[in-house]
Amino acid sequence: MTSHPGLPQLIVIVAYLGLLLLLAVFSNLKLKRTRADYQLASHSIGPVLLLLSLFGTTMTGFALVGSSGEAFRSGIGVYGMLASSSGIIHSLCFFTVGLRVYQLAKRHGYATQIAFFRDRLESDRIGLLLFPVLVGLSIPYILVGIISAGGIVQQLTAGLWIDGPMGFANDGPYRGGVPSWLGAGVICSVVLIYVFFGGMRGTAWANAFQTLVFMILGMVTFVIIVNKLGGSADLVANMRRLAAELPESVSTRQGMKPSLFLMYLLIPLSVGMFPHVFQHWLTARRASTFKLPVVAHPIFILIVWLPCVLLGAWATTPLLAEAVQVAWTAKGFDTPPPSIPANPNYILPYMVKTLTPPLLGGFLAAGILAAIMSSLDSQFLCLGTIFNNDIVVHYRGQDKVSDTQQVVVTRSFVIAIVLVCYAIYLLTAAKAASVFALGVWCFSGFAALFPIVFAALYWKRLSKAGAYSGISAAITSWTILFYYAWTNPNGGIGDFMVTTNFFGHAIQWMPVVIMFASSTLTTIAISLITPPPSPATIEKFFSE
Amino acid sequence: MTQDIRRGTRIIWIGVIVLIVLRQDLWFWNDPSLVFGILPVGLAWQIAISIAAAILWIIATKIAWPADEMQEEPR
Repeated sequence: MTSHPGLPQLIVIVAYLGLLLLLAVFSNLKLKRTRADYQLASHSIGPVLLLLSLFGTTMTGFALVGSSGEAFRSGIGVYGMLASSSGIIHSLCFFTVGLRVYQLAKRHGYATQIAFFRDRLESDRIGLLLFPVLVGLSIPYILVGIISAGGIVQQLTAGLWIDGPMGFANDGPYRGGVPSWLGAGVICSVVLIYVFFGGMRGTAWANAFQTLVFMILGMVTFVIIVNKLGGSADLVANMRRLAAELPESVSTRQGMKPSLFLMYLLIPLSVGMFPHVFQHWLTARRASTFKLPVVAHPIFILIVWLPCVLLGAWATTPLLAEAVQVAWTAKGFDTPPPSIPANPNYILPYMVKTLTPPLLGGFLAAGILAAIMSSLDSQFLCLGTIFNNDIVVHYRGQDKVSDTQQVVVTRSFVIAIVLVCYAIYLLTAAKAASVFALGVWCFSGFAALFPIVFAALYWKRLSKAGAYSGISAAITSWTILFYYAWTNPNGGIGDFMVTTNFFGHAIQWMPVVIMFASSTLTTIAISLITPPPSPATIEKFFSE
Repeated sequence: MTQDIRRGTRIIWIGVIVLIVLRQDLWFWNDPSLVFGILPVGLAWQIAISIAAAILWIIATKIAWPADEMQEEPR
């Protein structure tokens, strides 16, 4: 039975999902059934759990599937473009924004970003602007997870039910695999169930567990695939053989513009405004809990990204086709092996599927799904929390909604947001989008909001009008640029650049630069010409 | 914020700027040579940047951690 194509992988994936559901049941037993516990785990999370849950939350399908795919497409430069920069900038955000926000939130009782901004900006209505913006920008991020999850399950279970109904029998290299719509739906449902029952505590535990799973299995995958590609049992010799075969276009950054590399530095600033990361910050037991995440985050990024980037780069060598042919023949097939995928998103699952034993392939699939789910869960819970606290409770009145009702509201919105994202996935062309490109667009939007949170914490002069116009500038520029990118006849959304003419020289800008500049300049200019915050607010936020 | 923490924070910001400048390694941009026969030199440099970032943040926890941490009540 375990030799049936796709079946061992399916068994392991189902068992892993079952394990997560058990974790949800266990954390539900620990749940105190209060709003503070459901949304923020009663501020009880220690350093190790905070590190693992924060890291799991920031690493998603983008980090595994997207990084290996982008390295396959454009070479090793992707590591510097996003991983080493994130090591600097993410920790900088934890240190300058996370820690400060945590201290203010603990002092004044904020549970969400909007509650903080409402108080800091002396504006009751800021939530009405910020809520749709945060939800709207989170949707592409959630879609990145859903697209990756559906694709992974389908690719790794290919051959399971060749003549099956509802998409199993669709022609293509992954015929017989669990259709992507079904795989994505099941993954969303499992995440929904454990968020539903476990709240923030369950989410933090599941994140920590899944982070360990994908880090350990990632390293195992790396060793196995490298040994298959290199053709011997000597890992170092195999790596040397692969490195020697790397084309120069992949081992250098000759196809990458230094200006683009520099502009990518803005992307990791998105972490400073991710609502789900913000909520994880507030779960910390005390300020010193942040020390471990701040220090270890760059190393954790290195541990996850480096193997993915190397595998993606080495997949461009002729050794991949040779290794796949050898593995295919060894499995007893007399048909030609599946061809190397043209879609970079598929390169990592392709290597796992063709080069690793079926059972291990299932474990590795579970590892990749773990990375995806550990972001989806926090995003779902966070959006539910914002809707409950900042829309329902805030405008209806704290005394009119009991704690139990608030948990119900949070859960209901979580279900609604999952259904909306899943519907977008099914009904639009989103499933064909590049995971990397979609991720970069989403991060660009959040990065454009970064100047506002930074100013709110460190610039006394930031005014209500300045923040409103900064947020509006960020989202307006994002919408216009995304529209042009989506309808761009000359390439995908990932290739879109804004070209300006400077004294006869054409200069290309990443959309994030335009968005970031427009929100920064607008925030500063409008703040300077409008009334500053009241002395009481300045005293509340800036007294030492 | 005490004078020491203020000075420590300034040092960390300088460290961040130095790392950002070093990350833009134009000197290895088109260099295909390998470190230890395995890693393209441009990638090895970026790995070093990741490790240096972790070291910088260790220093941050020693010299720039906010003072009001001391006032927190242990649970």
